[in-house]
Amino acid sequence: MATLDAKIPEGPIKDKWTNHKNKINLVNPANKRSIDIIVVGTGLAGGSAAASLAEMGYSVKAFCFQDSPRRAHSIAAQGGINAAKNYQNDGDSIFRLFYDTVKGGDYRSREANVYRLAEVSGNIIDQCVAQGVPFAREYGGLLDNRSFGGVLVSRTFYAKGQTGQQLLLGAYSAMNRQIGKGKIKMYNRHEMLELVKVDGKARGIIARNLVTGEIERHSAHAVVIASGGYGNVFFLSTNAMGSNVTAAWRVHKQGAYFANPCYTQIHPTCIPRSGDYQSKLTLMSESLRNDGRIWVPKNMDDVMAIRDGKLKPTDLPAERRDYYLERRYPAFGNLVPRDVASRAAKERCDAGYGVNKTGEAVYLDFATAINRYGSETAMISGENNPSDARIKELGEAVIESKYGNLFQMYEKIVDENPYKTPMMIYPAVHYTMGGIWVDYNLMTTIPGCYAAGEANFSDHGANRLGASALMQGLADGYFVLPYTIGDYLSNDIRTGAISTETAEFAEAETAVTTRIAGFMNNKGTKSVDHFHKLLGKVMWEKVGMARNEKGLKEAIEEIRKIRTEFHKHVLIPGSSDEMNPELEKALRVEDFIELGELFAKDALERTESCGGHFREESVEIGGPQDGEAKRDDENFAYVAAWEWTGDPSNSQVHKEKLVFNDIELKQRSYK
Amino acid sequence: MKVTLKVWRQKSASDKGKIETYKLDKVEEHMSFLEMMDVLNEQLITEGKIPVAFDHDCREGICGTCSMHINGEPHGPDRGVTTCQLHMRMFNDGDTIYIEPFRAKGFPVIKDLVVDRSAFERIQHAGGFVSVPTSGNTQDANAIPIPKADADKAFDAASCIGCGACVASCKNASAMLFVAAKVSQFSLLPQGKVEAKKRVLSMVEQMDKEGFGNCSNTGACEVECPKGISLENIARMNREYLKASASSE
Repeated sequence: MATLDAKIPEGPIKDKWTNHKNKINLVNPANKRSIDIIVVGTGLAGGSAAASLAEMGYSVKAFCFQDSPRRAHSIAAQGGINAAKNYQNDGDSIFRLFYDTVKGGDYRSREANVYRLAEVSGNIIDQCVAQGVPFAREYGGLLDNRSFGGVLVSRTFYAKGQTGQQLLLGAYSAMNRQIGKGKIKMYNRHEMLELVKVDGKARGIIARNLVTGEIERHSAHAVVIASGGYGNVFFLSTNAMGSNVTAAWRVHKQGAYFANPCYTQIHPTCIPRSGDYQSKLTLMSESLRNDGRIWVPKNMDDVMAIRDGKLKPTDLPAERRDYYLERRYPAFGNLVPRDVASRAAKERCDAGYGVNKTGEAVYLDFATAINRYGSETAMISGENNPSDARIKELGEAVIESKYGNLFQMYEKIVDENPYKTPMMIYPAVHYTMGGIWVDYNLMTTIPGCYAAGEANFSDHGANRLGASALMQGLADGYFVLPYTIGDYLSNDIRTGAISTETAEFAEAETAVTTRIAGFMNNKGTKSVDHFHKLLGKVMWEKVGMARNEKGLKEAIEEIRKIRTEFHKHVLIPGSSDEMNPELEKALRVEDFIELGELFAKDALERTESCGGHFREESVEIGGPQDGEAKRDDENFAYVAAWEWTGDPSNSQVHKEKLVFNDIELKQRSYK
Repeated sequence: MKVTLKVWRQKSASDKGKIETYKLDKVEEHMSFLEMMDVLNEQLITEGKIPVAFDHDCREGICGTCSMHINGEPHGPDRGVTTCQLHMRMFNDGDTIYIEPFRAKGFPVIKDLVVDRSAFERIQHAGGFVSVPTSGNTQDANAIPIPKADADKAFDAASCIGCGACVASCKNASAMLFVAAKVSQFSLLPQGKVEAKKRVLSMVEQMDKEGFGNCSNTGACEVECPKGISLENIARMNREYLKASASSE
């Protein structure tokens, strides 16, 4: 059993990182050349780590399952990236970004890690601009900022609605420079299927070449897992189709503890499902809630009439509408945080008020904003007594300038014009705060195995603030790992190249080929997707936005049953020595099913509500907060780090107590 | 709705390949094109056949992975969208739809509809970057003001998703629009100007090595580009190239 030592440096919080860096062991440049590092995943965390490590002189091997590092799912991030630059002179500071992130995470993250994140955030922006990332600018030529949910300052840097794309292309360009120099050896269309340990240390991986099906051995002195989150355990999520937990789950099964698996962010504004064939969900940026009002009809007759197409939402008078967020949260209204907005939508739809044919949609209505902006514009331009049609026209132009690309995307998918009729939205799984447990150095409980970005658990607690995922990925990869990994590798300068012709590699390879042969020889009748959808349905209904003891216990039983059925009845066509997307999916879904059970178990043990984890049993009763989530700091101010012992049902929990020295614990209130 | 699909099947790079016909009778207009392909594959698997391999990932038009040639057009009949954002409402009940991989010498077929676009990678390795260390010890981000118009143009060029539709749409399978987008992004920004000459020369040299054809300014690439990358970028790259060739030693 590994010990849970977070290795937080001594001293005041603002000096910890600087002092730590000053004391860290270094590897001299000549020795770096003979040290190999494997990086799995090439999104913001993996891409930036690979580029930085190669630049420092290490020999890097980077792996991604996509056909190019540039296609990792970081590319889909829309809104922006936070940094405590205080360019707007609105009182922002490193401490304020630190404070907002800890509070936003509902006091379930590690203070020292979050402070370091805030501390290096400014460097990220400098770095990206130097690389040629085209951030949005003001007319004076300086960088522009926008605001995001949950904070009182304007600290979000952005590139239209494609910030993730631009940042990833920046990291990718830094990689290209090193690939061109031969310092990074890039393995595209490769998937890591096993971690290889030698004498308890991470020393390599087994990967499958997705084009030829060949199983390959790769050795290194350290292994970095930057394979992203596991939202696809729900089948439907805003993640890419290929996003998976396999690399993270494989290191977990080799001894890395998995922390807080139940912390999931469910984003309130996504385009609803349209049918059973649905393969993924599309996010509509959080910024829309600045101008959209969320509602469902008050009366069931109206709900039915709308679903049958007999009544248009635009014809329903205001007094027959229920603006439920404004009703329940008069202070924050439509701008409550993501977790609160998502739960409120579910509550209305569960009560039967959903407005589309699946009953899982609410309206996000811009009519009020269009009228308001139209009247304002008319007044500013001196138009007296404008007609209603003129006001609408002027107002729609303002909305278009703010959200044009999102409205267009909505229209392409739903085939309805959101300027004329309200958008339909519903919450969807978006991000997983839980992940591989890491210490302050981002090392897992396996020596030499590191985890970065969404794949680790460290910075967002039980709820992530908007525009913080990109910040964390790049902070880990550019500025944290390159320092901390040297401390470990300084002991490896005499080790020499790691041979792959050893019993450990042979054993790991056999484990992989046995798994694959098991799938190929299975005489099943059903596709992988069939089981993935079953798993997703259980996860969504019983381990989703609201959880209770009975549902979680049922979920565990049902997931176990799905696991048995999956192994008995799954059918993989074709062969394993060729490109075989069904086999790829089967290997991923096998891991998702095991993770799903641990996820439910973690949610069952945490009987408090915190952030995105809402236990129906833990709510405020009476008083102004009646019915809201109730945190339990006395019993649950800890990280639940799970140890694999052979089966999810036997996994053992280890607790890292969270100590708050610099921030006072308070209840979040939005009434 | 019911559709007949004529799909290119090719077991491997060395296989000759041929068109197979499949019929689907429960297609809904709100399905995306790739969800329709999922339905086809589910049907093939239950019939004990091999499903069709195709590239896809984000399914929201940004990763640039999906790559089909649909009824003779990369990413199909809609404009400004990738295949994953194309919806079945663009087709009619009873339609026959031809689905082929991107066709270009520079993009060899790996299997069925999956092609190898690694040539794009190698062009980027040749110069698609600014040689700045990733230490973070650069100057403050606001130290060099950049005119908004330049920053916006650089962004427009940088919004290329590297899908390869420009190559697939071109009668010469030219990669000029893709390479020009990358060269333009950097040449429009002060950070990229230092290495501008070397960059354009090496990227163009690599592009030629990869076997992409010449540009004849017909503009098909711009029409089919899902991100609306402008032909202006090609003109800009040509100017950069000329400048660099004339002044380099």
